[in-house]
Amino acid sequence: MKRSAATTRPGTRARRRQTLETAAAGLTLGPLLHNWPAEKRRDFYFRIADESPFDAVCLGEVVCSKRAHQFDPHLGEVAERLRRAGKTAVHSSLALVTGARDMEFVRSAAAREGTIEANDLAAVELLRGRPHHVGPYVNVYGEDTVKLLSRLGATRICLPIELSAEAVAAIAKASPAEIEVVVFGRIPLAMSVRCFHARSRGRRKDTCRFVCGEDADGLPIGTVEGEKFLAIAGCQVLSHAYLNLAGEVARLRRAGARRFRVLPQAADMVAIGSTFRRLLDGAIDAKEAQARLRTLTPRAVGFINGFVHGQPGEAWIQVRAA
Amino acid sequence: MSRAAATELICPAGTPAALRTAIDAGADAVYTGFRDRTNARNFPGLNFSREEMKRAIDHAHGSGVKLFIAVNTFAAAEDPGPWRQAIDDAARLGADAAIVADIAVADYAARNHPELRLHLSVQASASTLEAISLFRREFNIQRVILPRTLTVAELARLIPRTPVEVEVFLFGAMGVMAEGRCALSSYVTGISPNLGGACSPAEHVRYEQKPDGSLVSRLGRHAISIAKPGEAAGYPTLCRGCYRTNGRSFYALEEPTSLNAVSAIPALLAAGVRAFKIEGRQRGRAYVGEVVAAMRKALDAAMAGKAPQTLATKHVAEGHHETLGGYDKAWH
Repeated sequence: MKRSAATTRPGTRARRRQTLETAAAGLTLGPLLHNWPAEKRRDFYFRIADESPFDAVCLGEVVCSKRAHQFDPHLGEVAERLRRAGKTAVHSSLALVTGARDMEFVRSAAAREGTIEANDLAAVELLRGRPHHVGPYVNVYGEDTVKLLSRLGATRICLPIELSAEAVAAIAKASPAEIEVVVFGRIPLAMSVRCFHARSRGRRKDTCRFVCGEDADGLPIGTVEGEKFLAIAGCQVLSHAYLNLAGEVARLRRAGARRFRVLPQAADMVAIGSTFRRLLDGAIDAKEAQARLRTLTPRAVGFINGFVHGQPGEAWIQVRAA
Repeated sequence: MSRAAATELICPAGTPAALRTAIDAGADAVYTGFRDRTNARNFPGLNFSREEMKRAIDHAHGSGVKLFIAVNTFAAAEDPGPWRQAIDDAARLGADAAIVADIAVADYAARNHPELRLHLSVQASASTLEAISLFRREFNIQRVILPRTLTVAELARLIPRTPVEVEVFLFGAMGVMAEGRCALSSYVTGISPNLGGACSPAEHVRYEQKPDGSLVSRLGRHAISIAKPGEAAGYPTLCRGCYRTNGRSFYALEEPTSLNAVSAIPALLAAGVRAFKIEGRQRGRAYVGEVVAAMRKALDAAMAGKAPQTLATKHVAEGHHETLGGYDKAWH
């Protein structure tokens, strides 16, 4: 991966230390939670492979085992293209596993070569004793939990979205596994065996006709008073607003987070990834990153950052430059 | 149905008064919590001090009824003390089991109190043989309370393969979302149900009368339901709220409704379910007495091989509406 020359030129001892810290910050593209047509999805990942600065890319179906087969024909070529571009393909497992079809799907995901991210304790059990990652759908709230998960084989843990920066710091300090945090995108808030996308069209999961494919960025759910509130992605409920922790990245790095996750949205993810990469590299400051992210995000979508400040997740707290 | 003789009816006891009522109405076991954030019903006026818990255990045991203590929230970073204390006290006071969800809490209990029986809370969201096996092997859990996500057919496939007893929900509030993995309430209030033990905490709830006589229920600043004049106002629970999408107002996630799985008891017994749970530690004595008596009757009838009866419980159900929920594939 190319980095700007400015961040690799050695300067004072302090700057060299800063450069080392910079080099250590990884950037992950999280799993796609929406049901894009297979070819669009393939081309999206080709472009991510060829043009984006993400060094890890989560593939795999996290929301619904029923729709997973649609992208299967392209999974191999996408993983190979990412690998050739020097990126790590991570296979994220299903977030909510119930019933035989789901479990079979997780079993086949866990049997894949390469790195697997477990999003449910069923997957953790299947991967036990083998190095693996743990995704943000697994409940990790304290120090003992990261120690236990590490003992079972976790080498990287992406923390749940509702933790405060103080909790991230305490957990990262105790964690033998590398700590990752989600910094951008519509955040998953809840999930169910019920498909809400199907329900919105008067259907059920079994008769869904993949209506989730009609909303590339999720189905907006407003309040009866007209506020933008949530978004539906199949059987998951997401925030309507995008999480944007550009202003908190420096604080989270000091807290011990070593990797930052951007969730794919219907937006220019190469440009959004580049913005975070340049922010992590010190090539732009948080204020400039915020300005760029605003132009790269659909106008109707707001930003949120409350959880990391110990506030309601939907809050937007103005932070001063660190 | 050889296991039916040992089938238990597990009843909610949010207060010492509700506990006595549940026992009088026919509970085989009651479940309770300490008065703090270590359990998932941390609401004002509920739960037990250590002294009250001691008396409750004496009373339950004197009546031949078991008492379980829910320690089923997640130990907070930098502050695991309250959860460890709750486990220590559950063991010291002689609870028949602690109901746990967090692997860190389960680990603490297994290491420090190997004699304390552990039940895996629905909040652990363990819906597969693999997840259950992890908790069994690592922490020696004896029973799992299965999430309300499995159909009866899926339960019937799972139970014969599980090494632990299975408890399922029979009646009460509906789990629309995978429990223990829902951040909707904290998204609006900043209080995580997993850490604070309360979904839609009362201090964030407001009711607002509109000029036309309708009543708006709010969580934080958001209108979650609107009751027309004369209708009962719903508690603003986010997974059962009324929303607007594409110009249409509807219950996008689930209607105000309660679980009633009485009609499924015979199939659940045949599947090997060991215990049936009634939700409702936040409910008052009248509710507990009425529902426990009705469920006792239904369970006894089913265990005697009689057809399930229709019970008059709709008037206590949320929205006066009942559902089989996730037990029925049609709900998914």
